[in-house]
Amino acid sequence: MQISEAWLRTYVNPDINTDTLVEQLTMAGLEVDSVEPAAAEFSGVVVGQVVAMEQHPDADRLRVCQVNVGEAEPLQIVCGASNVRVGLKIPAALCGAVLPGDFKIKKSKLRGQESFGMLCSEKELGLVAEAHGLMELSDDAPVGVDIRDYLSLNDSIIEVDLTPNRADCLSVEGLAREVALLNKLDWSTTAVETVAVTHTETLSVKVTAPEACPRYLGRIIKAVNPQAPTPLWMQERLRRSGIRSLGPLVDVTNYVLLELGQPLHVFDASKLSGGITVRYANADESLKLLNNEEIKLDAQALIIADDKQALALAGVMGGSDSAVSDTTQTVFLECAFFTPLAIAGKARNFGLHTDSSHRFERGVDAQLQNRAIERATQLIVEIAGGEVGDITEVTSNEHLPARNAVILRRSKIAQSLAIELQDAQVIDILQRLGMQVADHAEGWQVSPPSFRFDISIEADLIEEIARVFGYNNLPSSSLFMRSELSQVTEGLLEIDRVKDLFVDRGYQEAVTYSFVDEEIQNIVAPGVEAIRLKNPISSELAVMRTTLWCGLLKAALYNTNRQQSRVRLFETGLRFTKVDGETQQQKMLAGLVLGDVYSDQWAEKARKVDFYDAKADLQAIFELSGCDASFTKGELSTLHPGQTAKIVSADGKEIGWLGMLHPQLEKQLGFDSQVFLFELDQDSFLNKKVPVFTALSKYPSVTRDLALIVNESVSAGDIITCIKSSAEKALQDVIIFDVYRGKGIEEGSKSIALSLVLQDDTQTLTETEIETIVGRLLNLLATEINAKLRD
Amino acid sequence: MSATLEEILAQALQELAAVKDLIELDKVRVNYLGKKGLFTLQMKELGNLDPEQRRAVGQVINQAKDQFQQQLEAAKDKLEADALSARLASESIDVTLPGRGQSTGRLHPVTTTLRRISKIFATVGFTVVEGPEIEDDYHNFEALNIPAHHPARAMHDTFYFDAHTVLRTHTSPVQIRTMESEKPPLKVIAPGRVYRCDSDITHTPMFHQVEGFLVDTDVSFADLKGVVYEFLRAFFEKDIQVRFRPSYFPFTEPSAEVDIECVMCGGHGCRVCSHTGWLEVMGCGMIHPEVFKAVNIDSEQYSGFAFGMGVERLAMLRYGINDLRLFFENDLKFLEQFN
Repeated sequence: MQISEAWLRTYVNPDINTDTLVEQLTMAGLEVDSVEPAAAEFSGVVVGQVVAMEQHPDADRLRVCQVNVGEAEPLQIVCGASNVRVGLKIPAALCGAVLPGDFKIKKSKLRGQESFGMLCSEKELGLVAEAHGLMELSDDAPVGVDIRDYLSLNDSIIEVDLTPNRADCLSVEGLAREVALLNKLDWSTTAVETVAVTHTETLSVKVTAPEACPRYLGRIIKAVNPQAPTPLWMQERLRRSGIRSLGPLVDVTNYVLLELGQPLHVFDASKLSGGITVRYANADESLKLLNNEEIKLDAQALIIADDKQALALAGVMGGSDSAVSDTTQTVFLECAFFTPLAIAGKARNFGLHTDSSHRFERGVDAQLQNRAIERATQLIVEIAGGEVGDITEVTSNEHLPARNAVILRRSKIAQSLAIELQDAQVIDILQRLGMQVADHAEGWQVSPPSFRFDISIEADLIEEIARVFGYNNLPSSSLFMRSELSQVTEGLLEIDRVKDLFVDRGYQEAVTYSFVDEEIQNIVAPGVEAIRLKNPISSELAVMRTTLWCGLLKAALYNTNRQQSRVRLFETGLRFTKVDGETQQQKMLAGLVLGDVYSDQWAEKARKVDFYDAKADLQAIFELSGCDASFTKGELSTLHPGQTAKIVSADGKEIGWLGMLHPQLEKQLGFDSQVFLFELDQDSFLNKKVPVFTALSKYPSVTRDLALIVNESVSAGDIITCIKSSAEKALQDVIIFDVYRGKGIEEGSKSIALSLVLQDDTQTLTETEIETIVGRLLNLLATEINAKLRD
Repeated sequence: MSATLEEILAQALQELAAVKDLIELDKVRVNYLGKKGLFTLQMKELGNLDPEQRRAVGQVINQAKDQFQQQLEAAKDKLEADALSARLASESIDVTLPGRGQSTGRLHPVTTTLRRISKIFATVGFTVVEGPEIEDDYHNFEALNIPAHHPARAMHDTFYFDAHTVLRTHTSPVQIRTMESEKPPLKVIAPGRVYRCDSDITHTPMFHQVEGFLVDTDVSFADLKGVVYEFLRAFFEKDIQVRFRPSYFPFTEPSAEVDIECVMCGGHGCRVCSHTGWLEVMGCGMIHPEVFKAVNIDSEQYSGFAFGMGVERLAMLRYGINDLRLFFENDLKFLEQFN
């Protein structure tokens, strides 16, 4: 909410400057977002009055005016505005004046006629963005007075960003109450004069939803002049709150909303049929709103209706059919209390947010309606005249918000705030907040005023005391608590350790969005059901990722498009899938590498990264956690069919994938080099084995190298699995050190060279024993995978 | 008749002087001191002399031999020294050339910041807890005292999947989940991704928060202030000014926004702090009785505080990053800066 500081100071005027006032509000929890001057810088403009006017002899559209600016002689000023006329009071910029935009006014000649200044529009004074014609000042404007003083333009517009609980401050009176409280000053509310009732016409009011509208007041005002000008002071206050003047009737309702915080509405009574009903809408009803939008109503929409149709969306916006216009003569003035729950969310359902809905959603003082309708009546009659009728009031006391007293315990204040406040201090703060305070065995029984509907429990009162006392005046203590030694689970590998491993192996950590482009995801992970956002920010961020590869590929492209030829990225985070209709949120680790294995350097021949480089990085994780994962030949449409490994846990579960991005996707996505990708379920490696010591053998180990010829279809993994399945006690390790194809090896076969490391715990192995073991292994290899010893 | 001893010695010393390497040196040694060496032969010939002469001649031969041997050792030492210097010279390299092998990557600044935060709180026994990111309405809102249509919901631009399922808008649901399953005393830090349906120059639809909370008997607002003060000073490694401003969160009361003196301008006012000298860095407050009620903790017996902060915001202030969107573009030139 934004408000004129000068207006605020008409209620309470502490002896502090704007900066201090603003700081005070902010530190009291009413955060000031901005402070702007009420008008742009300008000088030398006074109230003037056109005393004589002649047609310019050489220009059809110009007039030569004599303008009284409070000096002995009137000034001659040439003016082109269509609304200039004798008697009119206007802002007159004198010679030497400087208008906004550093526009200097000098004596000049217009088509041969001398002009000693300029008559101004609101636009020329920087008050509004658009204006038609001169700014018309009221007849009682004092000629010669500086316009800045006359319009109180040396004012600041204070914008307060109020939290939802402080709706009581959504008015100038509400803010004045806080300023008075903070400065320990007295203040009084606007005095409201009750206008005498002069006719007996009323409209019947029926409320069928009293829980939503516990109080409804309305009255008929006849013979108003809808074309009466809104006084400048009111227009200015409205303008400084960002509200455009729309004629006296609407202006008054807006003014009272700003002044007291009570939304009101005026209907053109001639456009109503029969009485007023406050009810929920029927499903087949619709309503054309003041903004000319036609909305379809439903049974949740609270409306104001006449006997024929819906007139207004209660507490949100009026309808255009019953709106006041330039020809309105009789109005029906409405002032109601709608409960926050009845209004909350209603405006948003229709894509609306109005000053009225903003206040009703957060809460309006339920005791304010009588005062507000009288105040609005008074202002309407003052400005637009009118004959006032009786107020029709329908109030359901049982549905008005219950205002129960709250018990505030001395001990609770001390415990919560760690401070011993004097009773007098507590009582003083509460009373300044407008609370009724009565003694209670453990403290006080506090009755909050009707405008503080946010106060309902003890904690609310403690917060108020803390707030008024000043958060920064409250003590601060160093944390001193019972502490237990924390648990350190050795059986868990921390993900941070794994991240460090990847960083040490040359990867940059990426963080990509959890929602991705559905089209790209369909390419990268086809056939996986993605969870779709109902209200995505864009189609590029519309579905939850089913794999971290989408984000990593996008990030890699971002970099390759910026002359990076070597990318190594990893990311940790959740992937989101549907399994049997259930949402799964699985912690993953994924990576992407492309380009040279090492960054440009002198010492080694450049080499592109390949499958085995990436595999080594994954194996390093498994070594950290000591878990037995295996890489088996797999198939995944995203990856190259010949370079895809499915990663399987010791118990046979699929835990991840590693492979080269399918060359077709590589091209489709816009890469110009091979891309290697991997993704692993974090749970598969974060469970670490706590090591168990094995006694060291005292006897020497021996190594035997074998070269085996096997069919191409036999993988290295098959050979190792086969050898390990032998359960040879002395077998310590199998290391593959060469793979050979070509001369000397039959087409369709390959030679795999490996070392067997043998060692016995109880003796030095003899040559015969070694031969026996190797022989057994060769037999096994021959039977199981048809491996032959190379000659 | 064989050469005289003097001739042999002179010859030997001459040969020794001409030696160029250790191999030649060894040849000379063998030539004179080997089994068939000239000195050896001289010694062997002693046997032919009578005992009287044998002794005197032997002495002379030994003298000559010793002289040769000394020269030989000296020549050997010199040759070895020369060889070593030659080797050192030939093996010297340009130590300014870069080392070989894999370069080191970097952690994302969000991770680095989260780690620092967790580490600071770990020193007083806070443990890290995580929660789901697709969250139900109950844990994200209801249990945190934000019922349907509460105006505070408008402060959270929520991503929905259906009427009851959202992307968590803050890390506070972890508070609820932890208090549902564990009994006080609790000291928890909950870092993670959060989501708001908002995207412009200062907002990204995803960012990171750290939620922290503590529940115990007799926890006061003063404890909260103390922890926040100490944390911010530890995080920025500076004795910065901190102020608490009354604010409103449905799940805490009293609630506060915490401002620090602007770390960019030292509180004098600059663009970053909108010329106020203060920067808003976290929200906090005492856990609301309604929240305790939702998780069946007796608010008469226990009290607690909670705080939440934006990780990117802290990282931006700490490292002087001026554009939030950089965090999620993953430009290598950005990522490589944070070692």
